[in-house]
Formats: sequence, structure tokens, C-alpha cells
Amino acid sequence: MNIQPSVTKWLRISVIILMGAALMYPLLWMLSSSFKPNAIIFQKLGLWPTGFTLSNYAKGWVGLSGISFSTFYVNTFIVVGFAILGNIITCSMTAFAFARMDFTFKRVFFAAMMVTIMLPYHVTLIPQYIIFNSIDWINTYYPLIVPKFLATDAFFIFLMVQFIRGIPHELDQAAIMDGCNPIQTFVRIILPLLQPALVTAAIFTFIWTWNDFFSQLIYISNPKLFTVALGLRMFLDNQGASEWGAMFAMSIVSLIPILVFFTFFQRLIIEGVSTTGLKG
Amino acid sequence: MAQIVLETNMKRPSIIKMFWEKNKFAWLFILPWFVGITGLGLIPMIASLYLSFTDYNMFDSPGWVAAANYTNLFEDTRYIQAVKVTLTYVAVGVPLQLLVSLSFAMILNQGIRGLSLYRAVYYIPSLLGGSVAIAILWRQVFGRDGLFNEFLELFGIVGKSWISDPQYALFTLIALKLWQFGSPMVIFLAGLRQIPKELYEASAIDGANKAQILFKITLPLLTPVIFFNVVMQMIAAFQAFTPAYVIGGGSGGALDSILFYTLYLYMKAFQHFEMGYASAMAWLLLLLISAVTALLFWTSRKWVYYEN
Repeated sequence: MNIQPSVTKWLRISVIILMGAALMYPLLWMLSSSFKPNAIIFQKLGLWPTGFTLSNYAKGWVGLSGISFSTFYVNTFIVVGFAILGNIITCSMTAFAFARMDFTFKRVFFAAMMVTIMLPYHVTLIPQYIIFNSIDWINTYYPLIVPKFLATDAFFIFLMVQFIRGIPHELDQAAIMDGCNPIQTFVRIILPLLQPALVTAAIFTFIWTWNDFFSQLIYISNPKLFTVALGLRMFLDNQGASEWGAMFAMSIVSLIPILVFFTFFQRLIIEGVSTTGLKG
Repeated sequence: MAQIVLETNMKRPSIIKMFWEKNKFAWLFILPWFVGITGLGLIPMIASLYLSFTDYNMFDSPGWVAAANYTNLFEDTRYIQAVKVTLTYVAVGVPLQLLVSLSFAMILNQGIRGLSLYRAVYYIPSLLGGSVAIAILWRQVFGRDGLFNEFLELFGIVGKSWISDPQYALFTLIALKLWQFGSPMVIFLAGLRQIPKELYEASAIDGANKAQILFKITLPLLTPVIFFNVVMQMIAAFQAFTPAYVIGGGSGGALDSILFYTLYLYMKAFQHFEMGYASAMAWLLLLLISAVTALLFWTSRKWVYYEN
């Protein structure tokens, strides 16, 4: 009577653990390979490095043509930082108007905003490129940053609208009674309460911008301005198969910020994905 | 009374004023968004529709070619190949990924200790999967001396470079998509938790077996979440770019076996500067995605269960 359930239970647990191990194995393999001397990377399946070396990291970090990964790192953090700032400020402003204010064309505007969530960005890509090119913004970070200050990540607006709708109306009505204008109500009442949604938006902006490759590839061709993703790609093109150790080392280095972020904000990230369908 | 009449007589400026009073703060708040959606959304959309009927190449002013770009696309063998590759990727990758993620969501949803740990481990590939680093890793995992072949060696099978084999290259990318099943799985898990416990208790009392519970309760109540995941994953899969670009070395791979739609669009627009042609591609992509989405919504009436 008791044997049957415990067998299925153990079966289930082993399937879960096996799948987890299979998912993690490629990552661990890359990690351990990054510590192996180049000559033996592809000789052993095992994870434990037989010849331990840090030289891959040293070699990789130097980068290419005099530009090191320190530069790529700083560049990426600049882009990510401004992207987060832009998204937080303008998406929350827009969300506040949609959630709390009554204005002409509100329904039309809201519908338009919802459509842009689903729209593939390729239909606007080429004219955007032509616009940015005509004002000499190629090889600057403006094409990556300025759109964030124009609330183009409509998903976050929607997320914040939903969140603001959950904040009791009495709070801002009280503020209005006390003589606050909408700007004061927004800054003093709504923004502080909106914090969890702002954090979610910031986290996902970080992840998406860090992982982004396409727009960086299109707009940035000057190696001095390269982000980590572009730096890695250049590394792959130039060193190719000869420097797999360094290649792996720098790949690991490029994943660390996201993994660190994930360990700190794990609960928020998983909640964000499961309750709103934000893609990771 | 007289005063009111007088006032309404001078109303013209006052209506404008009322209009302004009603809207000034709200419009101020949505101003950045409005500039964005017109300047970076609406106007570029109209512009790209126009460009798709021209031969614009970034250097000469656009010349009208009517529907030539569209008709040429259907005779462009590389374009046809790109459509085939992308449709295969979507049609095989998305259902497989959702099947695995749903199965594991159900396995994990049976009151297991350490759930949050497993969930986190399963989710990590989704978090990293779109990056250049993982594409580089994948290239190596399925390369000649890669991890996958070493695994096959354990069973005495001698592998090859799966990445550069036109028959299998696309499947390595589908495998990469499968590897990232954690993100839809997390959504399924949340959906499973929403199913009222009473239904399971009631069915247990009625003596329903496991298959009956699965097909009569769990799956029907989960259909809205399944639908959501299908739509979202489908839209994302149509637009996949980075892994194909990195793994194929920016070219589309051996015999264009991993020439994704967006990759070909990128090549046309930013390597050959055929902006008109690429705009036509972008609009066809939008039509393709809209058509599949509309089809899914249409079928959803038949299989998605809604409470009301």
C-alpha cells in the first residue's frame, strides 16, 4: 500500500534532478572549460579541470586592438543605466495618466499603446535607422537610450497601469483635497507606492538591455563604444577557434552580472514572469 | 440667469480653456510617450510602408517601384528559404517547448520540497538564452569536438559537426529554444496554482482517476494560460535573431539552413542597404505574425475555457 506512492515520488524527484542537471551541464561545462588550458578543452567530458589556469581570463580580458573588456563593461553599464532611468521615469508618468486621469483621446491612446506591445519592431526599424542616421546618431548611444525616455517599452506602461489601479483612490483624493496638483500627487503619493512595479521594470530593463544584441549591432560599429555583447562577437570573429578558452572565459564574464542580479532578485523576477508573462 | 447667458455668449475662448484645463496635466504626463509613439512608432510605420514600394538604398532618393519588391520576394529563393526555416522553427520549436514546460510544471506542482530552488534552476536558461555568450556556447556544444558528441561517444556513436550540417543545424537552434523552457513553465506553474483545490477534492470523492482529472479538470482550466503561452512564444520565435546570427557566423549557416527571417532582413537592410526591399520584408513579417495570431484567436473560441 505504501510502496507504490513512494516509488512514484522517488521517480518524480529523480526526473526533476536529472533535468536540472542536464540544463545546467552546458553552463558548468563552459565554466570549467574557461579554467582549462586551450590544448585540453575538447579532450575530456568531465567538469573538473585537469590543468587549472587563469590565463584564459587574463588573455580574454585584454580584449582586442587595445580595447579591453573593462571598456565594454563600462559602456554596457552606461547604456543599461540610462535605459533603466528612462523607462522608470517616462513609463510611470504615462501609466499615471492612463490609470488616474480623464482626458481627451484617452481610449484611443490606450488602445494604440496596447497595440505597440505586440507589434514586431521590424516595421519601424528601418525608418528609425534612417532618422537616427540623418541626425548623426550612428555610433552614439542615443538610439539605444533616447527611445527609453520616450516610453517605447509599452509593456512596462501596462504593468504600471495595472499596479496603479490597485492603489486605493482615497489616497490621491486626499492629496487633491489638501491642494496637491496632479504632479504633486504623482510624485508624493503614487511614485512611492509604485516602487515594486518600478523595481520590476528596472530589473527587466537591465536583463533585456544587457542581453540585447540586435540594436547594438545596428547602431554601434566603433569598437571603443562596443558593449559586452558586441565585444564578444568581435572576439569570436577575430579569434575564432584558436582561443576557445579565452572565448569561454569572456562569455562567463558577460553572464555574471545577470546571474548576480538573478540571485538577488530571484523572487521578484519569477513573480514578474509568472504574474505578468514578462519574458525573461 | 442673465449673467449665465452672457457668459455662454462669450463662450468660444472658454470652451478651449475648459478643454485645456481638463487635459493640460494629463497631456503633460503622456507627452514623452506621445512623442515616442508618433515619432518612433506611427510615422516610421507609415514611412516603412511607403519605402516598401520604393527602391530606397540610403544613398539615392527613393524611386517608386510599385509592388515590385513584394513580387520579387516571392521569386527570391533565399527569402523562400528564410520563410521555410522560420516556419519550421516556430512550428516545431514552440509546441515542443510548451509540451516540455507544461509537463515539468505539472511534475513540479505536486507539493515538492525545494520547489523554489528547482524553479530557479529551470528558469536560468531562459534568463541567459538570448545572449551572445550562450550562442557561442551552443556553437561549441554542437560542434565537432563539442559536448554533445562527447556524450554520444559514451554510447559508441561517432558524431559530426551538427552546426555545420545543413540537415541538423536548425535542430540545434530548436534545441536551444527547448533548453529555455523555464520561462513558460513558470507561467504554467502560476496557472496551475490558480485552479481551485475544491475541484480536485470533489473529483477525488467522485472516484475520478488520474487521467480523468488531467483531461477533465487540469487541462481545460489551464487552457487560457496555454493560449497565452502559445501566442507569446510564437510571436517571440518569429523574431528570433541572435542565436542564428552568432551560430551561423552572420551568414545564415551552411546552405542557408539557419537563415532566419530577421537575419535575412538584417542582411538586406544593413549589409546590402536595400532598405525598400527590407521594408517589404518587415511588412510581410507583420502580416504573417498577425495572420497566425488571428488564426490562434479564432481557434481559441473552440478550445479555450473562460469562466464567464
